[in-house]
Amino acid sequence: MANLNINIGKLQLKNPVMTASGTFGYGPEFSDFFDVSRIGGIFVKGTTLRDRQGNAYPRMAETPSGMLNAVGLQNKGVDYFINHILPTVKDIDTNIIVNVSGSTINDYIETAEKLNSIEKIPAIELNISCPNVKEGGMAFGTSCLSAAQVVKEVRRAYQKELIVKLSPNVTDISEIALAVEAEGADSVSLINTLLGMAIDSEKRKPVLSTITGGLSGPAVKPIALRMVWQVANSVKIPVIGMGGIMNAADAIEFLLAGASAIQIGTANFIDPTVAIKVLDGINEYLDRHGFQSVTEIIGALEV
Amino acid sequence: MKKFMLDLIIKKNEVLNDQYSLLILSSSEKLPEMLPGQFAEVRVDNSPTTFLRRPISINYVDYEANELWLLIQIVGDGTKKMCELKAGNTLNLVFPLGNTFTFPENKDAKILLVGGGVGIAPLLFWGSYLKERGYNCNFVLGGRSKENLLQLCEFERFGNVYTTTEDGSHGEKGFVTQHSLLKASNFDYIFTCGPTPMMKAVAAYATQTKAFCEVSLENTMACGFGACLCCVTDTTEGHLCVCTEGPVFNITKLKWQI
Repeated sequence: MANLNINIGKLQLKNPVMTASGTFGYGPEFSDFFDVSRIGGIFVKGTTLRDRQGNAYPRMAETPSGMLNAVGLQNKGVDYFINHILPTVKDIDTNIIVNVSGSTINDYIETAEKLNSIEKIPAIELNISCPNVKEGGMAFGTSCLSAAQVVKEVRRAYQKELIVKLSPNVTDISEIALAVEAEGADSVSLINTLLGMAIDSEKRKPVLSTITGGLSGPAVKPIALRMVWQVANSVKIPVIGMGGIMNAADAIEFLLAGASAIQIGTANFIDPTVAIKVLDGINEYLDRHGFQSVTEIIGALEV
Repeated sequence: MKKFMLDLIIKKNEVLNDQYSLLILSSSEKLPEMLPGQFAEVRVDNSPTTFLRRPISINYVDYEANELWLLIQIVGDGTKKMCELKAGNTLNLVFPLGNTFTFPENKDAKILLVGGGVGIAPLLFWGSYLKERGYNCNFVLGGRSKENLLQLCEFERFGNVYTTTEDGSHGEKGFVTQHSLLKASNFDYIFTCGPTPMMKAVAAYATQTKAFCEVSLENTMACGFGACLCCVTDTTEGHLCVCTEGPVFNITKLKWQI
């Protein structure tokens, strides 16, 4: 069996398979289906400084090979997370990483500060790419200037591994990646969802209460793969790849494109055991091709 | 309650009419325990336009025969594919999901179960549970016309059955809430599942008559077990997931204008 250990900056992973924020709850939601401590990390639901009710129903629309969501960062706030949710997940023997979002730079800073001192949380994923909130979110992640500014401020307040989650809703994602790298991001994760829309022609109305939402699932995979490849070729910091990964072959494609680790998102809804299947499949691939370590296939795309 | 992802075997696909099928599922292993009101997330294979699982109510469980029943109405490509399944095919389920109905406090309680269309599905399982435990149930089942009234013989095993149809082709003409039984009697407990306007009308009747009332909601879902937060309904406690905090809700908790 090949060595699956991988480091993302200061973050040590037992393997490169993690689950994406907003698709895996806090972990225990999946513990009936498999031992969640086997995967490399769990990115928990987007967390904000204060309680958020999220958007009105309907928040979801099925699309060809994917889905649109407009949840809008429903969560009970960072204090509730620390006081009530963390105690229920602290014994899960894997990395618990908090996805942090905010409406203002101060929201991001305060939330990051509160998490900085939590021993169990080795990293945060700065969400500057949520397309489903009116203020903040994607607004920060779609210009180099604002992305750099929020990363610069959070970097001062947060000493541990700072992962910045990038939006694909930009002209050149590499520019944004370079901008956040320059301000001290330790790594980048991509892609967040693509802005999309669904219409009910019978009712002549939008399907989602917010009209637009974020597209995910295998429909977005080729775009995600292209962006991971572009970013991995632009920055020096590690890249975490995601976007439509449904199986081990998909995950391996992201590693070959230059991702040091991957996150599984929407696929968790269809097969709650998919993360373990991807992990086992990567193992099988490495053995079959005679690799000793997963690091040998990262960025190993032959062009 | 532990959740499972299992491949079950179709023992029988009973085509009820061109809109509805009853899938009788079984397994070589003993089926897990399930509660009335709970549902399964069903994976639809070989349907290119169906990406997500479909939440389907548990219609009935026969533990002796090791059978799980799912009542399917064709509403789109996914449910159409499900209705085309044949005996011997397998169906992948994530189940049992969601909560259950509340047992009435005493056995003499006057209980009314109101179902409309495919919404009758969880009421059969709930009725069977109540009957087994010595409660007496009254069922008022409604549909547009007699083709939409399903499983009447099954319901008759568990209580008194009354029907309404909008076109008068079976039972009393009109909506379920217009049935004479509702005028003639008062009920202590009312449970309902069906189209939202029907459930709201039942909830209004329950409120007027001061009956305890639970409704089973059917929101669109992605995961079915509290991970995606897509299926929320507005409640006195804010947005709650129908899949984990429901699908059964007391009407006093919902922010319905009734």
